[in-house]
Amino acid sequence: MAAIYSLYIINKSGGLIFYKDYGSAGRMDTNDSLRVASLWHSMHAISQQLSPITGCYGIELLEADTFDLHCFQSLTGTKFFVVSEPGTQQMENLLKVIYELYTDYVLKNPFYEMEMPIRCELFDINLSQVVQKDRVALLGR
Amino acid sequence: MQFFGGSEISPSPPAPTVSGNNAHMVYVFNRNGVCLLYREWNRPLHTLNAQQDHKLIAERGNLGVPQLPGQGCSFHSFRTNTYKLSFMETPSGIKIILVTHPRTGDLRDSLKYIYNLYVDYVMKNPLYRPGSPIRSDLFITTLDQYVRSIA
Repeated sequence: MAAIYSLYIINKSGGLIFYKDYGSAGRMDTNDSLRVASLWHSMHAISQQLSPITGCYGIELLEADTFDLHCFQSLTGTKFFVVSEPGTQQMENLLKVIYELYTDYVLKNPFYEMEMPIRCELFDINLSQVVQKDRVALLGR
Repeated sequence: MQFFGGSEISPSPPAPTVSGNNAHMVYVFNRNGVCLLYREWNRPLHTLNAQQDHKLIAERGNLGVPQLPGQGCSFHSFRTNTYKLSFMETPSGIKIILVTHPRTGDLRDSLKYIYNLYVDYVMKNPLYRPGSPIRSDLFITTLDQYVRSIA
């Protein structure tokens, strides 16, 4: 059964602006999630340097034994990444949907300060709906 | 042919062999992070000089990102839009890294095969000193042939 473990959104300087845990076996406290976010930010940057060909935008998928990590980078440098069960499909589409939610409920919010942690209720609500729908769809497969 | 060891030796430009264009580069590191082998087949872009390159790759190998605390696990590959990097670490600390075309499939078996080549041609060579750069022609040739065959 495919499942999402957690979702992170990091700003262009590598700071964590949003973190949501969807019931992974290993829960992380705030410090750990911040650490993971900066770790990922550096890995993403390093991977661009290692490319043997020009035009590398960074890591899109990282596969490990116990999890997969899918990453989507917007044109402005904001990175959305989700840690999921190995072999989960359709994560790229999910990330794009989350990006749309971000633009609608976070960026268009006049009280939201750029690069700051996201505290938008509507974003949370809609995000839960999308993930829930995704879960149901995945379970139904 | 290109051989690297530690960070004191300055590299001469490698002579790329004619090959299928799937595989780009391969690195072999030992547990101390010494680069035992670096082979390059297709690398149009060199962003970093060789020493930085090796250090970065070796650090990559050390990460083994433990995202789920309590379960030590390490990654086996990551993919970007321009390349795919496959990684394998053996219990003895030998790290094998293969950089290929992004649409390559799961290369874990290939990495295991390359490790077997390493065991057969390098470790079983009585004249080879562990931790020194690999200079075995037989190993290099067989490795080239194998990588070209999976390309």
